[in-house]
Amino acid sequence: MSAVHVSTKINGDDVEFVCRPDESLLDVLRDRLGMTGSKEGCGTGDCGSCSVTLDGRLVCSCLVMGAEVGGHEIGTIEGMAQGDKLHPLQQKFLEGAALQCGICTPGFLIAARALLERNMDPTETEVRYWLAGNLCRCTGYDKIVRAVMDTAKDMRKAAAKSSAKKPAAKKSPAKKTAKKGARHAA
Amino acid sequence: MPLDANTPDLRTEFKSVGTRPNRPDGVDKVTGRARFGADFSAPGQLVGLVLRSPHAHARIKSIDTSAAEALPGVKAVITYKDIPEQEGCDKDVLVNIMARGTALYDGHAVAAVAATDAAVARKALKLIKVDYKVLKHVTDVDEAMKPSAPVLHPGRFEPVDYNSLETASHVSGKQETKTKTREGSNIAGRYVFGHGDVDKGFKQADIIVEHEFKTEATHQGYIEPHACVASVSSDGMAELWVCTQGPFMVRDVCASLLGMDVSRLRVTPSEIGGGFGGKTTVFIEPVALALSRKAGKPVKVVMSRSEVFRCTGPTSSASMWVKIGAKKDGTFVAADAVLKYQGGAFPGSPVEMGAMCAFACYDLRNVRIVGYDVVTNRPKQAAYRAPGAPMSAFAVEGVIGEIADKLGIDAIDIRLKNAAKEGTVSSYGPTFGPVGLVETLEAAKAHKNYKVKLGKNQGRGVASGFWFNFAGNTCVSINLNVDGTLALALGTVDIGGSRASMCLMAAEELGIAYDDVRAIIADTSSLGYNDISEGSRVTFSSGLATIKAVRDLKKRMCGRAAKIWGIPEDAVKWENGAAHPAGANAGGFDPLSIKEIAAQASATGGPLAGHYEINAEGAGPSFATHVCDVEVDPETGAMKVLRYLVVQDAGKAIHPSYVEGQYQGGAVQGIGWVLNEEYFYGKDGTLQNAGFLDYRIPVCSDVPMIDTVIVEVPNPGHPYGVRGVGETSIVPPLACVANAVSSAIGVRARTLPMSPPKVLAAIEGVAASKA
Amino acid sequence: MRYEAPDTIKAAVGLLSKAKGTSRILAGGTDLLVQMRSGMVEPDLVVNIKGIPGMRDIVADKGGYRIGAAVSGAELEEHGKVGQMWPGVVEATNLIGSTQIQGRATMVGNLCNASPAADSVPAMIAAGATARVVGPKRTRDVPVESIATAPGKTSLAKGEFVSSVFLPKPPARTGSAYLRFIPRTEMDIAVVAAGIAMTLNAKGVITAARVSLGAVAARALLVDACAEAIIGSTLDDAALDRLAAAASAAAKPITDKRGTVEFRTKVAGVLARRAAVIAYDRARG
Repeated sequence: MSAVHVSTKINGDDVEFVCRPDESLLDVLRDRLGMTGSKEGCGTGDCGSCSVTLDGRLVCSCLVMGAEVGGHEIGTIEGMAQGDKLHPLQQKFLEGAALQCGICTPGFLIAARALLERNMDPTETEVRYWLAGNLCRCTGYDKIVRAVMDTAKDMRKAAAKSSAKKPAAKKSPAKKTAKKGARHAA
Repeated sequence: MPLDANTPDLRTEFKSVGTRPNRPDGVDKVTGRARFGADFSAPGQLVGLVLRSPHAHARIKSIDTSAAEALPGVKAVITYKDIPEQEGCDKDVLVNIMARGTALYDGHAVAAVAATDAAVARKALKLIKVDYKVLKHVTDVDEAMKPSAPVLHPGRFEPVDYNSLETASHVSGKQETKTKTREGSNIAGRYVFGHGDVDKGFKQADIIVEHEFKTEATHQGYIEPHACVASVSSDGMAELWVCTQGPFMVRDVCASLLGMDVSRLRVTPSEIGGGFGGKTTVFIEPVALALSRKAGKPVKVVMSRSEVFRCTGPTSSASMWVKIGAKKDGTFVAADAVLKYQGGAFPGSPVEMGAMCAFACYDLRNVRIVGYDVVTNRPKQAAYRAPGAPMSAFAVEGVIGEIADKLGIDAIDIRLKNAAKEGTVSSYGPTFGPVGLVETLEAAKAHKNYKVKLGKNQGRGVASGFWFNFAGNTCVSINLNVDGTLALALGTVDIGGSRASMCLMAAEELGIAYDDVRAIIADTSSLGYNDISEGSRVTFSSGLATIKAVRDLKKRMCGRAAKIWGIPEDAVKWENGAAHPAGANAGGFDPLSIKEIAAQASATGGPLAGHYEINAEGAGPSFATHVCDVEVDPETGAMKVLRYLVVQDAGKAIHPSYVEGQYQGGAVQGIGWVLNEEYFYGKDGTLQNAGFLDYRIPVCSDVPMIDTVIVEVPNPGHPYGVRGVGETSIVPPLACVANAVSSAIGVRARTLPMSPPKVLAAIEGVAASKA
Repeated sequence: MRYEAPDTIKAAVGLLSKAKGTSRILAGGTDLLVQMRSGMVEPDLVVNIKGIPGMRDIVADKGGYRIGAAVSGAELEEHGKVGQMWPGVVEATNLIGSTQIQGRATMVGNLCNASPAADSVPAMIAAGATARVVGPKRTRDVPVESIATAPGKTSLAKGEFVSSVFLPKPPARTGSAYLRFIPRTEMDIAVVAAGIAMTLNAKGVITAARVSLGAVAARALLVDACAEAIIGSTLDDAALDRLAAAASAAAKPITDKRGTVEFRTKVAGVLARRAAVIAYDRARG
């Protein structure tokens, strides 16, 4: 098996690695780069524990080949806090007891951040459908959904404060989640 | 408030306990820094993989590992020959971790390899040649009990006289006539509980309802697959990093299987990504140690998700018959049940606990439960949250729901009328102390959810549930640091936030800030033996031991203060984080704070620590009542849970957020069990849905918010009144949802999962019978 | 195993034509990596086509849209205009997997994976979509229903792959819809599915219709009898009953871990009826 040399960017840093073509991005992150914050719960894209962003897009790193990420930008849980300052979602998960065992937590946080970057005012249904690819077996999802909604509320408040100086922040629609929820209800 | 170590008085006012601080392990878990099982690596480690049987039942005629051994990069290949039977080891566990002569289920380990990387290890697995002779298999519990069934362990279990068997088929008169087989049977055990005269009781009944029920096996579904790193040195010293609920159990069992002195094996538990009972035994751990021993290098073994489903322990599937008689006013006069649980290829299904829990919610004069433990060609079952109880509650609470409907009595009222309370002789023997079932029923009835008006195709279900709660061996140390902060060493793995609860109890007992106490989970060489984190025992037992260890420390700190002040030890008392003279006669000294005592520790006699060890008793049972509303699509059988309420007695909620979390998580696991989760076997006895896609645990959009009410009826066996809370929450949901569906569309589900095809078939059946 | 990322179609076709053993295309990868992981497929060659110009583009063409083989579900949804034209297709594609899967999975991959339960396929069939097949000999455009032949099997020859799918411009007063049944609300494979497109005249009478059923046979079915059941009607109750009966009659499902013959047969009718109502409303505007 011929190894592939890859140059990429992870959490803003330039990274180079060599991997076999049958290795997933998750394998590379965990086993080659020592970034074990992304978890493998299934290896088949069914649990979301390995969620990362690829060029800003939420994906399962177990379904991305390590060989194909050259020239792209990857975001992982290790890059979510800024220094010792937690991301508002991390802080809210902590305060709201939105984790029990914690194995699914990195995946949920990365997925929730991707949602709030697109939609700062999601409904409960939108949050639930957006996060449906992230399995949690401990919490029953209740406190996770609340933590995401509470964070969104705080972010809206902060945005409103800063928009007193700047033009009003626009709500970007999460069309997909809204439609999915509505369709199932229909 | 007396604080002497020997005073059992129940504390009722709290400063720290009952608050909701951030958990001490929280930041690591939200930043990805926490190290779970697969996050450990040892320098120079090999990758271990296990070869597994593709057959449900097969004789292993030969295993040829020579080609695998010859592959470059392969450092060790093992079979059962490399794990010879040791005297006194648990033979069933030994056979389960590596097949010896016969593969007993799809996924049974047959051989294992350790190689320089995963690609080489995978290649090596393919080079191992196993010659199987496929045997007849059985995976269904009722089939396994028939005299015609293939016997899994010939000669091991007594032949059974099928004519005298109290089984559901006996009751309904569909009995097989053949008696006794020479090979014995698959019936590994029989358990009987009860009191009174059931036959006499039924004669007093105005109404009798009896039915047969079946539930399919479900898996704990923890998101973290089993993982470990084993390192055995040439001098026989070994280390194991592993995700487990019981590091001491892992140490003792592995040492016993591998013929090692316990002192030579040190087990360090990782953070654990869910267990729910499934990580209370060993699977890959002794295999990894055996590979490392043979290879002379550290070996890391991580299960795939498909291995988790095929080879670890799901819970039992069950076949049950329940009969209850009642007076017109709803009073139960007699209850009878036969429970048959298959526990996979080895004895040990939780039927005994299922039988004990079946009628535990009710005050019954005449009650009898017979339970059968049955073996089949399935993976050896492991504990799953309140093992055995959800199935029997599904049957019992379903029958009670039907009686209530037929008598026109409110579902909560009929339970209140018969509820077990203090002084009730339980159906499994002991007399209850103070328990909170009545309080949960009353709180459920008063809750807003119980008053919501329902629409078309919607229905409401109610069910109650019981779990004993465990206690057991526990050992805790607390060390006073030089700055007056504390390090608390626990031996019970933290599976859902228990470190936070322990720190709260220590802070409460000391009268100091929560943040001044930090807890760790110690390795097996640092503390005395601790039982597994199971049976909802941690907050009770480790909490009790923490409080007592703190009291030990307080006594020592008071002694140091006495020394400084030059007064007798018993003239010093501890209050609000400081030593005080006990009274006016003791002298007019200013209090010595914990920080001041810590600073002077060296000068006053050396380091200060508290310690406590106990085989704890006095765990208080926990009861719960659940209420749920569902809507059913009559054209497709699809179900949506609209509202769900959990009311449960916690005794005392130490960290209410994590108590709620246990209630919510248990309820949703139960919802998964009743709606979609199942072990789906093909005709060849192989598992067809060994992945999250087709196993179908609930996803975020499947469930609503789970409303909770924490009832607190203190447990007199714990200084703060704590009862365990982890397990009772999964007991009522199966029946609760089934009762709601019945109320919505008039179809009573008695076979789980009640997946849409089954519900639709039942709806059409009802429609056809009406037409 | 060899990994290649060519930058032209010609180069990709060349690699695939010359390859020995098993070759696989990497578009979204959401099926390929799962199959590799389970050992179901051990490719000797994987060709990543994402870097080939056009593969990630959605291009307006003859009033319709040409969608590149590496366009993800999320990109398709965010385009907006394709969804306005063919809501059934875009909704179906967006039902595949989770948000994470949507970030990767492609409509063409869904088509070429040749699962009878592929969500986007009945919707594409109903829309009259064509697939552009490139290969060593020639480039050809074929109806999407001719790609899958059986579970996991396609009509593509060695060296060929699908480079894009074309969704034609619909006539005025055309509506489309796709519905599937899954036991959960998300993250499932369709147990039964129905995709419908229909065109009305000014009076609301259905003049043309295409109805496709998924997960009820070895591949997605285009069911003429369903179309005939509603053409000429204003989708009144009698027409809906005829449609449901025709769908159930056309269903030739199996019983497996995901559903039973009885369930799939009955629900094929239920979903066809429900999808038709949505499509009709959309056609009326």
